[in-house]
Amino acid sequence: MPETTRQSAPESVPDRSADVRVALPLTGMTCAACARRIERKLAHAPGVKEVHVNFATERATVEYDPRQTDVRALIKTVEAVGYGVREVPGEDAGGTVDDKQAASERAEVRELWRRFIVAALLSAPVLLIAMSHGRIALFNVRWINWAQLALTLPVIFYSGWPFYRGAWAALRHRAADMNTLIAVGTGAAFLYSLVATVAPQLVTTATHATMPGMEGETLAPVYYEAASVIIALILLGRLLEARARGKTSEAIKRLLGLQPRNARVVREGREVDVPIAEVIVGDVVVVRPGEKIPVDGVVLEGASAVNESMLTGESMPVEKRAGDEVIGATINETGSFKFSATKVGRDTVLQQIVRLVEEAQGQRAPIARLADVISGYFTPVVICIAIATFVVWFIAAPVELRLTYALVNFVSVLIIACPCALGLATPTAVMVGTGRGAELGVLIKGGAALETAHKLQTIVLDKTGTITKGEPAVTDVLAADGFQEIELLRLAATAERGSEHPLGAAIVRRAHEQSLALADATRFNALAGHGVEAEIEGRKLLLGNLRLMDERKVELNGLGARAAQLASEGKTPMFVAVDGTGAGLIAVADEVKPDAAAAVSTLKRLGLEVLMITGDNEQTARAVAREVGIERVLAQVLPADKAAEVKRLQAEGKLVAMVGDGINDAPALAQADIGIALGTGTDVAIEAADITLIRGSLNGVVTAIKLSRRTIQIIKQNLFWAFIYNALGIPIAAGVLYPVTGWLLSPVIASAAMALSSVSVVTNSLRLRRFNTERKA
Amino acid sequence: MDTAEIIVLVSGVALIAFVIWYFFMGEGVRAAATVGATGVQQINVTVKGGYTPDVIVVKKGVPVELDFYRDEASTCTEQVVFGDFGISRMLPAFKTTPVTFTPERAGEFTFTCGMNMVRGKLIVEE
Repeated sequence: MPETTRQSAPESVPDRSADVRVALPLTGMTCAACARRIERKLAHAPGVKEVHVNFATERATVEYDPRQTDVRALIKTVEAVGYGVREVPGEDAGGTVDDKQAASERAEVRELWRRFIVAALLSAPVLLIAMSHGRIALFNVRWINWAQLALTLPVIFYSGWPFYRGAWAALRHRAADMNTLIAVGTGAAFLYSLVATVAPQLVTTATHATMPGMEGETLAPVYYEAASVIIALILLGRLLEARARGKTSEAIKRLLGLQPRNARVVREGREVDVPIAEVIVGDVVVVRPGEKIPVDGVVLEGASAVNESMLTGESMPVEKRAGDEVIGATINETGSFKFSATKVGRDTVLQQIVRLVEEAQGQRAPIARLADVISGYFTPVVICIAIATFVVWFIAAPVELRLTYALVNFVSVLIIACPCALGLATPTAVMVGTGRGAELGVLIKGGAALETAHKLQTIVLDKTGTITKGEPAVTDVLAADGFQEIELLRLAATAERGSEHPLGAAIVRRAHEQSLALADATRFNALAGHGVEAEIEGRKLLLGNLRLMDERKVELNGLGARAAQLASEGKTPMFVAVDGTGAGLIAVADEVKPDAAAAVSTLKRLGLEVLMITGDNEQTARAVAREVGIERVLAQVLPADKAAEVKRLQAEGKLVAMVGDGINDAPALAQADIGIALGTGTDVAIEAADITLIRGSLNGVVTAIKLSRRTIQIIKQNLFWAFIYNALGIPIAAGVLYPVTGWLLSPVIASAAMALSSVSVVTNSLRLRRFNTERKA
Repeated sequence: MDTAEIIVLVSGVALIAFVIWYFFMGEGVRAAATVGATGVQQINVTVKGGYTPDVIVVKKGVPVELDFYRDEASTCTEQVVFGDFGISRMLPAFKTTPVTFTPERAGEFTFTCGMNMVRGKLIVEE
């Protein structure tokens, strides 16, 4: 029997030669001969390079050429020999596996419902009997305890069974959890009642059995309702909690749901639909209007507007043309285009986001540390308190009532205690908060990052690419007398055509935007560090800085003063001279992002000090800072020194966030208390960052800060509620108020309170789902 | 104080002592991971009310694969968290979920359920 290497999950891994390997889980094999039969058949199928069928693991590992065949054809081949394939393999986070998971979760909830309905129906009459206290004549019969027993048995052994099973499993591991408390509490009430029913003389005293019309009968008090109603109520609580907790991970499910299942790729010159798992890097993918973009890539031809809001939070469609990056799972709106796949499978932005969020949701926030320590000791300690309660009541209560009081309060203490509320307080809020962040294009690395972010005092913004767009653009074209602006731009662009210099490229881009027809330049000459000269249509053109103009003794016609003015605004002016005379100025600047000023002013309103850091000279830096409303500027800082500047700010005793790109600013991001990286294209898993903004907008910083503050606020509410609930509930259930007010808590009320407490914590966390930036944090 | 009360008092104190000893002072089931042909330290962990084994010994710097099989539907154990490694995984019921990482630091680390009630220990040796 041929052996395959170990495969932990269905997977498909494209290898170097573009062949694809896939593991198919097989069904219907009864012997090694079956395996050989499938193997032979698959080996002869077109496009299949190599096959191993392992009978023991029921798996076929097939290496095939995706241009000749696909998974569906392979499955058909297997089915043709009379066997089956369990599921179409996909990414582990992809569709099929997840659907199965969801189905099994739904089945669990249905099961929980059935158990609850049985418990509710059977415990209602038990509760009625218990509360009648002999006032309802119908119940004053000798066999009433037996009737209650009959009604309670199914509740214990069917509805409540998972609690007992769970408690036993935990007990064997020397652990105690929720199930332990419920099992011990209801178990004690049930066992006592069972004894009181079967052998009443063991628990009863002479004062009992004096119900009207039943004098002389021995009928001990029973507490079946404490067992059955508690189970019904706790099951109800579990149902509500399950529903609420399902919603805490909704964001991830929604993200995963964005993944399209198929892609249309060009293979051998034809467009074919293939499952998304079969798309490999380098595939040419075709996308039509209204379709989802299947994987990440770079546009080859065509143009369109793409709705990226589901991943970036940006509501406006983004224009895409050849050379632009497209992100898988976003929706193509207007045009058709072809793109080359650059990232597939686990490497796509969507999968990176899902992974980041999942990882973040497992990171524990330091704020939960106390709750974590407490919940580690909680259950055993509560059991001890309950035992002590029993002992104290047994000794302190009057002899004829001591067993009753001791038992009832013992059960109440066990049942009211709710470690789950403590345990759920932080993780659910972190889960909903980070999930909501992902929906808004803000990826937070975990609870600790959230917690630090809400305490930030100073935000350092990198200039280039963070406050500004990061690429120079023409801002002003000024023509001297006798020249026209359009003509000036056309000439300058002609001279700079093919220029590698960013300033030149900006001029050429502007000319293209204005659809100017460029002429042909002759005698082109680049003057390093100064500018260019060229001859165009018989005219001598000189383009460059003031020094170049001075050297060539160009008559500037008053352009010098205008240039100085532009420079003070943070722009870079370039002189244009035609035939030795100053013809005009073209100013280029790295433009400020349109929403930067608003974001800075919001950050200030949130009480944060905002700084700008840049390698630019003081003048340029000041101009940009003024435009967006930043007062404190750290100019002429070399990239390598940015981290040191952040450190200096931290030495002032401040909690500092650094906002920059993930590559050049990585050391500064890592040094800062919170590093916020602006997403660069399709790479969102930025190592040095605590928070990654998928969209390059500064509003993401505002969102991150507000979301962190809101999440921590919710966590504090949850923790406060959970602590107070247990700190008050347990003593009251133990009966400390009895000597003063005469209050005792019935176990039934205790169970209702318990069920509500964890539901309320989760529900409070779910309020974060409605978080949006507009609200005050 | 009558006889019954004395009996209840004595057994109550004894029971409390037992609870404290049983839950806080017990040693778990210890197991060392085995290094397979692929150079990965692999170990199977069954999740049912707790982790079996619940003390796992691994070597520093060698990739670790812990295969968690959740043998129950109880939601208490639906998540496993390795706080020190920044790892959390949802464990689907009755399925095996691999958790992989490479411990770069020697020492004792705990792994817990999502609520820190069920615990196991990971010992990373030099």
